[in-house]
Amino acid sequence: MLYRRVLFDKISGFWMVTTLVTILLLPMIIGTGLYIKALPLFEHQSVTSLASSSIWAPNSGKFGFWPFIAGSLYVTVLSFLFAAPICLLSAIYLTQFSSTKLIQVMHPVIDVLAGLPSVIYGVWGILIVVPFTSKIAAPFFNATSSGYSIFAGGLVLAIMCIPYMLNMLIEVFNTVPVGLKEASLSLGATFWESIKHVVIRKSYPGIISAFGLGIAKAFGETIAVMMVVGNQVRITRNPFDSGYPLPALIANNYGEMLSIPMYDSALMFAALLLLVIIMAINFIFRLFIYKTREQ
Amino acid sequence: MNRRKIIEERLFKLLAGIATYSLIAILAFIILVIFVKGFNALTFDMIIKTPKGGFYYGGEGGVLNAIIGSLYIAFGATLIAAIIGIPAALYINVHLIKKKRTQNTIRFLLDALWGIPSIVYGAFGFTLMLFLGMNASLLAGIITVALLITPIMVRTFDEVLSTIPIGLHEATLALGSTKTEMALKVLFKQGFSGFITAILLAFGRGIGDAASVLFTAGYTDLIPVNLDEPAATLPLAIFFQLGSPIPEVRERAFASATILTFIILAISLGARFLSKQYSKSNLK
Repeated sequence: MLYRRVLFDKISGFWMVTTLVTILLLPMIIGTGLYIKALPLFEHQSVTSLASSSIWAPNSGKFGFWPFIAGSLYVTVLSFLFAAPICLLSAIYLTQFSSTKLIQVMHPVIDVLAGLPSVIYGVWGILIVVPFTSKIAAPFFNATSSGYSIFAGGLVLAIMCIPYMLNMLIEVFNTVPVGLKEASLSLGATFWESIKHVVIRKSYPGIISAFGLGIAKAFGETIAVMMVVGNQVRITRNPFDSGYPLPALIANNYGEMLSIPMYDSALMFAALLLLVIIMAINFIFRLFIYKTREQ
Repeated sequence: MNRRKIIEERLFKLLAGIATYSLIAILAFIILVIFVKGFNALTFDMIIKTPKGGFYYGGEGGVLNAIIGSLYIAFGATLIAAIIGIPAALYINVHLIKKKRTQNTIRFLLDALWGIPSIVYGAFGFTLMLFLGMNASLLAGIITVALLITPIMVRTFDEVLSTIPIGLHEATLALGSTKTEMALKVLFKQGFSGFITAILLAFGRGIGDAASVLFTAGYTDLIPVNLDEPAATLPLAIFFQLGSPIPEVRERAFASATILTFIILAISLGARFLSKQYSKSNLK
C-alpha cells in the first residue's frame, strides 16, 4: 500500500516537473522555431538592414521592415498617450477616494473590458471610432481622413490596454502602506498632497513598470488594430493617415505567404521581431518590479 | 495659498472620478453598440444553420459552423491546457513552497510568457504545423490555442494557490501524506475556486482569440467531424463577413459579434459567480 502511494507520488511528481519545465521553455522553443523559419532571409540581408530598410517589395525579394516597425511604434505611443492619464487617475480614485461599493462594481467592469475579444473591439472601432475620426477628430485638426487611420488604431488600442494597465496600477497603489499616508496627513498635508507627494512617489517604480507592460501589450495587439488602421505601407507623420503595424502585416498576408519565395521567411522574421521586442520590454520592466519589491 | 490647495484637491478628485466613471460608460457604450447593431440582424437561423449556397452574397444560412468550431477549439485547448497547466501550478505551490526565490523566478517567467501576443503563437503554430506535416485543421488550432492559454491558466490558478496558508501544508504532511496526496486532496480542493476561474478565463480567451487560429485552424462552411478537418471560428467569421462589400453580410457580422459578446459576458460573469460560490466552503 505504501509502495503504491510512493510510486504514484513519484510518477505524478515527475509529470508536474515536466509540464512546468516545458511551459518555462516555451518562449525559447517558439523563438527557435521562428528563427529557423526566418533563417533563409538572413542569407541575403543582415538583420540591421532588414529592420532599417524601408523598401517593401516581396515580389522582387526586397524586405524592409522599417515602415511596419514605425507604424507599430506610432500606434503604440499614441494609445499610450490616450490610456496612461485615464489609468493613473482612475487607479488613484479607486484606491484612495472611492467607496467599497464602486470598487465592487468596477471589478467586473475591468474584468469584462479585459475579457472582450479583440475582434469585438475591432467591430466597435469600425462602427464608432472610424466615423468619429473622419467626421469629427480629423476636421478638428484641419485634416482630411478616411477614418481608417493611425489615430483610430491608437484610440481602439488605448481602450484595450486600459484594463490591463489599470489592474497593475491598482495593485501597485494597494501595496503602499497606509501608515505613510497617515503620517503625511497628520503633518497637515491635504489629502491630494499626500497622494501626490507620498503615494505616487512611493509607487513610482510600479507606475513606470505598469506603463511599460501596457506598452508591450499594445505593441503586440493584432486584429482590432488591423481592422481600423488602414493597412497601407508607408511612413507618415500625420496620425490621420493610414499605417501598417507589424502584427497586422503578419495577419494580413498569411494567405499568399507560401506563393511568393522568401515571403514566409519574412513573415516569420516579423513574428520573431515582435517576440523579441515584447519579451525584452516585459523582461526589463518585470525585473524592475521584482527588484524594487525586494528592497 | 490654502484656497489654491483646496481647488487643486477638488479638481483632481473630480478628474479622477470622471476617469473612473468613464470606464463604466465606455464598457456600456461598447456593449450597447454591438447589441443594438447586432439584434437587427440576429435571427434564429443565424444560430442554428450553417452557411447555405450564396451565404456570402446575402443568401440563406447562419454561422453555426463557426460557433461549433469555436467551441470545439476552446474545449480542446482548455483540456490540453488543464492537463499541462494544473500540475505545473500545483508543483509551484507544493514542491517549491520553501524555495521562495525559485518560486519568484518562475512567476517572473510566467508573467513574461503571458505577455507574448497571440499573433506570435499563431505564427509559431503555423511553423509547427508545417514541421509536423499537418494541414490547417481543428487539431492544429487546438494545439496553438492551448499554447496560448496555458500560461494564463497556470498563473491564475497559482495566484489562488499561493494564498493558502502554509499551516495547511504542514498539517497534511504531519498526517503522513505524500506530496501528491497533499496537492490533489488538500490544495486542489482548497483552491477549487481558483481552478474554476482559471478554466473559465482560459476558455473565454480561447473562444475569443482570432490571431492564433487565423493561420492554423483554416475556415470552412462545414461543421468539423474529425480532428484533421479545418474548422471555422466565430472571431474569424466576424472578421471575414465584415470585410465583405455586401450590406447584408456586414449586418451578419454584427449579429455574429453579438453572439460572441454574449458568450464572453456569460463566461466572465459565470466565472465570478462560481468562484464566489466555491470559495465559501474554504478553510480559513
